[in-house]
Amino acid sequence: MPRPGFVLEVDKSTPPILFWRGENFSLEKLPAGRSRVIYAPEPLPAIEDVDGAIRHALLNPIEQDPLPEQLFPGMKLTIAFDDVSLPLPKMQRPDIRQRVIEAVLDMAAEAGVDDVHIISALALHRRMTEAELRHAVGDRVYDAFAPRGTLYQHDAEDPENLSYLGTTPHGEDVEINKRAAESDLLVYVNINLVAMDGGWKSTATGLSSYKSLRHHHNPETMIHSRSFMDQHRSELHKSNWRMGKVLLDSGVKVFQIETTLNTDTFPSPFGFLAKREWEWKPSDRMTFLASTKALNRTPTRLARKIFHSIEAPHQMTSVQAGDVEAVHRITTEHVYKQQLVEVKGQTDILTLGIPYISPYNVHSILNPILVMCMGLGYYFNMYKGMPLVREGGVIIMTHPTQPDFHPVHHPSYIDFFEQVLADTTDPKVMSQKWEKQYAEDEWYKHLYRTTYAYHGVHPFYMWYWGSHALQHCSRIIIVGGDPKTVRRLGFVPASTMDDALEIASDVVGRAPTITHLHAPPLMVADVS
Amino acid sequence: MARDDAPWKPSNLAKAARIGELVERVTHPIAKRTYRKGFPYLPPTIPLGVEVPEDEPTLGADYDTDWARRSPAKFVRKGLVNGPIRLTIQGLASPKVYGVDRLHDLAQLKDPPPLIFTPNHHSHLDTAVMAVAVPEPWRSKLVVAAAADYFFDKRWKATMAALALNAIPIDREVTGRKSSDMIKELIEDGWSLMIYPEGGRSPDGWGQDFKGGAAYLSGRTGAAVVPVFIDGTGALFGKGMKRPKFGTTKVVFGAPLRALDDENTRRFSARIEAAVTELGDESLTDFWTARQRSARNESTKLTGPEYTGWRRQWALSERREMGTAGLRRRQKRRWPDIGN
Repeated sequence: MPRPGFVLEVDKSTPPILFWRGENFSLEKLPAGRSRVIYAPEPLPAIEDVDGAIRHALLNPIEQDPLPEQLFPGMKLTIAFDDVSLPLPKMQRPDIRQRVIEAVLDMAAEAGVDDVHIISALALHRRMTEAELRHAVGDRVYDAFAPRGTLYQHDAEDPENLSYLGTTPHGEDVEINKRAAESDLLVYVNINLVAMDGGWKSTATGLSSYKSLRHHHNPETMIHSRSFMDQHRSELHKSNWRMGKVLLDSGVKVFQIETTLNTDTFPSPFGFLAKREWEWKPSDRMTFLASTKALNRTPTRLARKIFHSIEAPHQMTSVQAGDVEAVHRITTEHVYKQQLVEVKGQTDILTLGIPYISPYNVHSILNPILVMCMGLGYYFNMYKGMPLVREGGVIIMTHPTQPDFHPVHHPSYIDFFEQVLADTTDPKVMSQKWEKQYAEDEWYKHLYRTTYAYHGVHPFYMWYWGSHALQHCSRIIIVGGDPKTVRRLGFVPASTMDDALEIASDVVGRAPTITHLHAPPLMVADVS
Repeated sequence: MARDDAPWKPSNLAKAARIGELVERVTHPIAKRTYRKGFPYLPPTIPLGVEVPEDEPTLGADYDTDWARRSPAKFVRKGLVNGPIRLTIQGLASPKVYGVDRLHDLAQLKDPPPLIFTPNHHSHLDTAVMAVAVPEPWRSKLVVAAAADYFFDKRWKATMAALALNAIPIDREVTGRKSSDMIKELIEDGWSLMIYPEGGRSPDGWGQDFKGGAAYLSGRTGAAVVPVFIDGTGALFGKGMKRPKFGTTKVVFGAPLRALDDENTRRFSARIEAAVTELGDESLTDFWTARQRSARNESTKLTGPEYTGWRRQWALSERREMGTAGLRRRQKRRWPDIGN
């Protein structure tokens, strides 16, 4: 039986705690008596017969007819799937999307459906490479559809392939992929890694355009989402649900298939990364020592390559299909079952070890803006109830934060860093002053459409992601970061954890309470 | 006049005669004494009217392969499969393997169950290709059902087959009680089995009807059947070819199958054949086309068209043209465009 999440009260006998530092990690001794460490629940047992469970879900959907009954000869069927940003790290083959898509295609073939399109729902993310597509949908599906041009990626800047469906009562434009909108049935294949994934966000965000996205990817929505992981208190969630209603009213028929994965994040040689430190075996200690020593001497590019080659042994814990909202309610329960950890009370200082990966730098570089997004956008928001850190508290992150950018994947990030952040770090100011210029820049559009670049506006969204944390905390400190780069972000650099605690002391006093989120594996703190 | 060094010159012949006499002088009394003593120094005589039971055969289906599954033989085989056999197959047939992910769930189990692999059969190369293509953990615990009358008729052939490929003898036509008992024991011990349900190599390049052995063994042992399609080996070293040719091959693994509750051996065997047929289609076209054709019951049969004669061969050549596997064809020369 897997153990639930655990909050460790640090005492004098507690060993140093593992902190991620990008493509490396370190052990940090936290002050005894006033520190605690939150550990994720252990991975839930996987479904044994995955293909059987998928088939069962398709044949017994929630609040919809079985999939075979919705398929008929001559129909237009579109299958959309989550892009490279999920799951993290990429899962070992076969990817769960491949299994679900193959099961759907099996039924489509039985029903005599010929007109099938498969679309990667990547919104304003970068295009997936052939290898990434093959990994997600499998060689069989790729070889069958890509050469015919019926497996392709959503293009949010192609006016001819977008369909405007109307506005929500709040005046939000709803525009999605034309093929998806005009299909007799849109089957969405989702991986729900965290509670904010899935539901109407799959279609209303994944298949939409900038015109639509700007209504919920803005500082106002982000600040009032408390948190993204709590649907009832997330403005982002509400906006997507309003857009979903417009989709339904426009006659778009969606058959949603959602899957959840357990938190089995690292394969065996790196298994110690998910373990509680006092349970490390001699072999874990040896591996830690050997890997940190080796990584200290490894060029960053090579270290990145090594880490991005890690494939997680994630396994499926649930699959449900049918009506979008009904399915997502059950999916969210499964996510919470895996990730929720009860935590009592807030803390003065929240410490976060930032790993090498985020949803937006798969096979790429975690540039300074993504470091901010990962710490303040994602980890800060991994809560229900109230934030782990009290209002006016301090966040300490550990990451090298070098001014490194992937020139192909993140071209607009470079200009954002040099031009926008040099001017302001206030999300609201930058959204008014700079966003439009970046979003409508023809060169960025061209790069997004024809290469592997994120959309020009994407760095703004990453910055907005951390809006609530920026407003909530009085100081952000990055340990081990390049001082100049950290200052450009508007944060404070520190060379060691002790220095960081010292720097924080003028805000939170000499004996602050400290909480460390021992992630990854991912978890959501249910703070009461 | 004989040359001095000729062996038959008179002096040499005389020497040989003397040696012969000497040998006879020594052996003759011994032989005489032995003959006089008779049985047991000589074979027994058989009383009239008595039928002597024949010796138990030790070849064919009765060849004992236990020794080939012990550690020393396993060690040697591992070296052979990962060394010369792999190199030869890579050089000769360059197999591309697809569909291994369909076995991922079983491979992830703490104790992966033994499986029965059922490829189509066109060539002697098939076994070696499979020995290389079958994924771990099954590869190192794989026995190959080989025709008892072909591979186990001579002791040297039997020894080689057992050592290099971990072959076990099996009757082609009917899976006899002895063979099936032995296979059941092996599967219970965790060994996986590779068996050619067609019973032998294709005589004309098209497949043959599947026999029920694999389905029967699956029912008897509870092991799942993994359909496999091997494409291209027939063109490289098909039946009747004296020398192999260089080329490329494809191996496509299917999802494991088990007999349904109300399914008898014959129907299960038909389902295995249909699965291999669909994989064949998948190897020639793609997953989606194969799936659609299978749903419409339009998959190209493994056994080929009903008609005979040249049209059958004609259809075969068309099928081979469609696939990427097969003989390596020389690239067409492309002259650079230098303009006019």
